[in-house]
This record gives sequence, structure tokens and C-alpha cells, in this order.
Amino acid sequence: MSWIENRFEEGLIVTSLDWAINWGRSNAIWPMTFGLACCAIEMMAVGASRFDIDRFGAGAFRATPRQSDLMIVAGTVTYKMASRVKRLYHQMPEPKYVIAMGACTIGGGPYFKHGYHVVKGVDLVVPVDVYVPGCPPRPEALLEGLMRLQDKIRGQSIAKDRWRDVKEEAFASA
Amino acid sequence: MADTVLESRPDLNLDVVRDEIGDVRTEEMLVNMGPQHPSTHGVLRIVLRTDGEMVLEAVPHIGYLHRCAEKIGENVAPYQYIPYTDRMDYLAGMNNNLAFSLAIEALTGLEVPKRAQVIRVIFAEMNRIASHLVSMGAYGLDMGAFTPFLYAFRERERILDLFEASCGARLTYSYITIGGVTDDVPERFIDVCREYLDYFEPKIAEYNNLLSFNHIFVKRTANVGIISAEKAINWGLSGPSLRGSGVKWDLRKVHPDCGYDEYDFDIPVGQGLKGQLGDCWDRYFVRIQEMQQSVRIVRQALDKLAGTPGEYKHKSGKSVKLPKDEIYYEIEGARGQLGFFIQGDGSQIPYRVKARGPSYCNLSITNEVVKDCLLADVPAIIGSIDVVMGEVDR
Amino acid sequence: MTIEGIANLLKEKFPDAGIEARLESRHPHVIVKPEHWLTVAEFLRNDPQLKFDWLRCITGVDYIEDKQLAAIYDFHSTQRPAQSDGLWSARGELSVKVLAPRDNPMVPSVCHLWGAADWHERETYDLVGINFQNHPDSVDDLNGRHPRRILCPDDWQGHPLQKDYEFPLEYHGIPAVTEFGQTRPLHG
Repeated sequence: MSWIENRFEEGLIVTSLDWAINWGRSNAIWPMTFGLACCAIEMMAVGASRFDIDRFGAGAFRATPRQSDLMIVAGTVTYKMASRVKRLYHQMPEPKYVIAMGACTIGGGPYFKHGYHVVKGVDLVVPVDVYVPGCPPRPEALLEGLMRLQDKIRGQSIAKDRWRDVKEEAFASA
Repeated sequence: MADTVLESRPDLNLDVVRDEIGDVRTEEMLVNMGPQHPSTHGVLRIVLRTDGEMVLEAVPHIGYLHRCAEKIGENVAPYQYIPYTDRMDYLAGMNNNLAFSLAIEALTGLEVPKRAQVIRVIFAEMNRIASHLVSMGAYGLDMGAFTPFLYAFRERERILDLFEASCGARLTYSYITIGGVTDDVPERFIDVCREYLDYFEPKIAEYNNLLSFNHIFVKRTANVGIISAEKAINWGLSGPSLRGSGVKWDLRKVHPDCGYDEYDFDIPVGQGLKGQLGDCWDRYFVRIQEMQQSVRIVRQALDKLAGTPGEYKHKSGKSVKLPKDEIYYEIEGARGQLGFFIQGDGSQIPYRVKARGPSYCNLSITNEVVKDCLLADVPAIIGSIDVVMGEVDR
Repeated sequence: MTIEGIANLLKEKFPDAGIEARLESRHPHVIVKPEHWLTVAEFLRNDPQLKFDWLRCITGVDYIEDKQLAAIYDFHSTQRPAQSDGLWSARGELSVKVLAPRDNPMVPSVCHLWGAADWHERETYDLVGINFQNHPDSVDDLNGRHPRRILCPDDWQGHPLQKDYEFPLEYHGIPAVTEFGQTRPLHG
């Protein structure tokens, strides 16, 4: 949506347009099929019969990052995997969101102390929007995380973001 | 391809041969499959050298989920290590708990109460069913059938409900622990579990109608990825992957622990029903038949549980002291022989813990099997081996 | 054949291989010197009486106090069924411990005898640092010729399961300091 985003000066009233765009975005989040470890099984359970993530419009699991809006990092990220996670994140089109699912992705979890090969939190590799704690989180917890992400999307605006340059610079240097 | 044909027939005129078989030789190409690929069951990466549609070589790259479990084992007491075993094979946590507990018990000579043994058998077998259900559903997904996945998870959720009622966790149970189990089974467990088995058993026929004997599924899996018995043993395969090749070997029969010798059950093996012996379909069908056998075992164990009152746990399981000795202990897990090597040094913390994940050994045969297959058969072969990367990389 | 019998047979066949049997252990095993391991392995694999055809596991252990690294091999010997039920049985079990000095841990590879040894040896090199000579999947680098790493990345330093291993402080720009305050996110 770069053709419309950041084109309007601050203060220009775009609320109805915002509402319409955000309504569409928040109710059609396509996650990427990206399972790393144990949490991926709970992520599969969320997509399966009982919990049915389709109820929230997020059931279209895409096999490629180029078609997805949401990366659910489900499982332990290791040093060997970290560069791949980063690459997959960069392959996703904007706007993109990341849910860190489970203790390992939040901060290393049970592997924090002795895990010489475990990244101590996926937020060292890619920026994270929503953290879902648990080891592994229950499917309900992931659904809750999805709803919080939808809340976040509803708060977005296409008006000019005054912090955009600062953010991009910080991300480029990271 | 064309080259090999030409070499074998030097008498032929090149141009005639080209006309006969068509000029099919193409440039060799490296195809990178994974670590993010929907049908590699996690973070497996395979680099395939292909000639057109043929795979000439497949080099698996693993370690994308190497979580240092063995290092952790050297730093925590056995009782604290139980949760890490859950996270190795996260589809069959109970079996992993059981293997580690049995290894520690064998090393320290801890006696397990009779009731705990029966409970262990029930949960290990129920977890085997749950694990095979995921395996079946995911294999269906690999082959392009989405529906079996939904059916499999419907049944699996009810098993997880039973586990949750007993230990509070859906996936990482830590229920079977050193010296027994952490808690007795809840009230009415026997009735609810029996009710579930009555519900589940007819479903197996449903899966067979839906997937096993589905014509498309059979065409995709039969006569693909054939592993002979000798090859399987040479590469250290175990579990359904070994039995799919017709080897009737099961540690529950060979070295019965937990009182498995008191139960009456069969060992299903591959018979080459749909194609050659040891193909993908055989390995798949062994799992379906094993679910049936697990139901049989659980039924007997439930009867036994009702007549076995008493303790469910040995009191000193939490603070075992390991002797200055070592042990290597294997059980039949859901995916094959799951072994733990433990070296004690006289303290409460092991000197060395090594896990032999069955998926690790089963996966090592990949190149042997995938070689000279079609590219589209690779997911079929990987899926039929049924790997869990948490256990491969540990 | 019992492990005692196997140990005696090996002692008889290979008098200078330094074969010792530890039978009192809960994991009864036979100790072999690394320079004789290849011939002993071939004997174990091919002898019609023994025929250990199934390599179950290779474990590497770092005995830092003895200045030794051990590669522990666990074998099964399978027997084709004689009974009508078709159940395969075990002809025997055996564990072999190959002790190599810690400063030069060279052990011959047995990949040509057991396919399963391939990945186990690579893992044992990767995590414990035992260098298996003539491994089919070897690479040359600053550390000499050794099996390719399998679990850790190819540019990983050190062997994590050695007892004196020091954890890395960072890997390719990702901090790995295990102090809670220092590993917090860099992004907004």
C-alpha cells in the first residue's frame, strides 16, 4: 500500500479511509506456514478442527513468505536458523507483522542458560509485534495474541508517520 | 540419463538413440528444499542435485533446531531434565519421559510401583496413537489431501484432553517421571478413556477409506522409496520405518520393560500390499495398524489399572544420586528406538547425557532412498520416514 | 553369546589390541585401542558367530580428568526369525568403548561397515571433537581434515560437549551474552 501510505501530511483527516483499510487488513491476516519446533504443533492445532483460526480470517496459511502478512515464529530460533528467519522476514511484503510464540522465541526460554546455540529471543533478529508467552502457549493464547495484533492493526493510520525516518535508521543499523 | 543409456549401448548410432529416447538430458540443477518448506516437517533442509525431474543426490542439512539438550543434561539434575526430554520429540513427549526415566531407574536401581507401571503403559500407548495421528494427518497434507489432517486432529484433541486432565499440559507433559508418574490418574479416568477408545477404534476404518486406500494416495506412495530389510538395518532404522521393510522387530517384545510382556498385542509389519515391500505406503500403513494395536494394549492396561491399587510414585525419585557408572537404555518410542546414554559420577547431576533420537538415524538414510527418485517423490519419502526435527537436532 | 564370551574371543583374536572387558558395569563394555579399532570392527561385523549388523548409537564422552575422549559404540546383532510368528530376535548386544587421547583424538571411521555410523560420527566430531579418520564426508580446514559438522554451523568454533568449552559471546552479530540485562532487543 505504499502508493497511499505516508502521502498525506499529518493532521489531514483520513479516519474513514483508515477504518476501511484497517478493517480489511485486520480481518484477512495470512500467516506463513513457518513452524520451527514444539510450538508449531500448537500452531497446527490452532489451524485444525477445534480451535479453527479461520474464524478470525487468519486461516489461509501460505507456504511462501511472499504471500503472507504474518510470521508466527513458533519455536526455538537457533543461530543456524537466525539468518533464515531474517531472510524470510525480508521476503515478506509490507505491511508485515511478527508474533513471537512461546518462551524460546521471547527470550530463550528453558534454553536460556545452557543453550550455546539458541538465540536469546527472536527480537534480536527481527522486530516483534506481539509476544505470546507459554511453553508452548495454549491454542487459545495464540488466538488471543492474534486478536491483540488485530487491535494493533486497527490503530494504524496511513497518515505520515513522523517517526518513520528514525525507525528505518534504527532498523538499518541493527 | 541419456548418457547412461548411451554407455550401456555403445553399438548404437548416437542420432538414432537421441530419436528413440528423445534428447532428455538437461542441465544439472541444485534445488534447495527447506529449512522453511511446508513438507519437510520442521526445519529440515535438503539440497537436491537434480537432472530434470530426477534427483541425483540429496544432501540433508540438519541442526537448525539444535537446542543443546545434551549440554543441559550435564548441568541439571535428572528430575529437572524431564521437561527437556518432552521438547525433544514433541509429538510423543510421554515416550521420551518414559525412556529417560527408565534409563535413570536402571542406573540407580530404583523400584517403580506396579500401579505406576500400568499408568505408564497407558499414557505411552495413548501418546503413540496421538503421534501416529499427527503423522497420518501431516502425510496427507504432504500428498495434497487436507481433510485427513482435520480428522486426525479432531481425534487427537480428545487424547490431549485426557492428558490435560491428568497432568495439566497439552504437549509437554513431564507426567512420567523418575520413580513413577507425577500424579495419580484423575477420577473417572478409566471410564472416560474406555469411552474414547470405543469412539476411536471405528475411526481407523474411516481413515483407511479416506486416505490409506485412496487411489491417488496409493499412486503417490506405493513403489516409492523402497528400503530393503538389510539396508534398513545397516542404516540403523527403527520403529515403523524398519517394520515397514518387513522386519518384525519391536523392543516391546524383544526387551519388554514396564510389564509389556503381560499384554497381548501383535507387531504389524509391511507386507508390500500395494507395491513392493518397504515402500512409503508400507511404512505409512504400519502406523495405522499400530494405532489398532495400541488401542488393544490400552484396553488391557485399563482393566489392569482398575485392579492395581497402591502408590503411583517412588518417594525418592526427586533426589536420586547417580552411581559412578554408565548405562545405555532404549525403549520403543513412537518413531523407533529411543535411547539414552547416561554417565554418572557419584553426584546428583549426570556427567554426560546422550539421547539417541530415532528420527536422527531414520533420516540419515535419506540420500540412499531419495537418490534416483523423482523430485515430486521427495516429500512422500520424507513424510513416510516421519521425522520430528526436535529429536533429530536435539 | 554373552559379553564375557565375546570379550574372551576378542582377546584371543587380537592379543595386542589392549582389549579390556568391564563386565561389572551396568553397561558392560569392551575397551579397544583406537589403532586396532578398525580390524576389531571388521571382525565384529563379519564374523559369522557375531555378525553385529546394527549400529545403534555412537556416544562421545569427554573424560577430562583422564585426558581421554571416548567413543562408545552400541551394537545389536539381529537374527532372522526361526519361529512361526516371524519375530526377529537379538543374537546379542555389545558395547565397545574406544578411548583416544584428548590432545590427538583420532579414531578410524567405520562408515563402510555400518551406514548408520555416518551421521553418528559427524555428530560426535561436532559435539565432542573426536576426529574420525577417512570419514567419507570429510572437509579440510584450519583444524586439519575432519568430518563435516552436522548440528552446529560449519564456521562454529570449538566442540560444545567438551568439558572446558566456553560459550560464544556473539555469533554473526547476534549477541549471546547470557546476562539477562544485556540480551534485550535492539529494535524500538
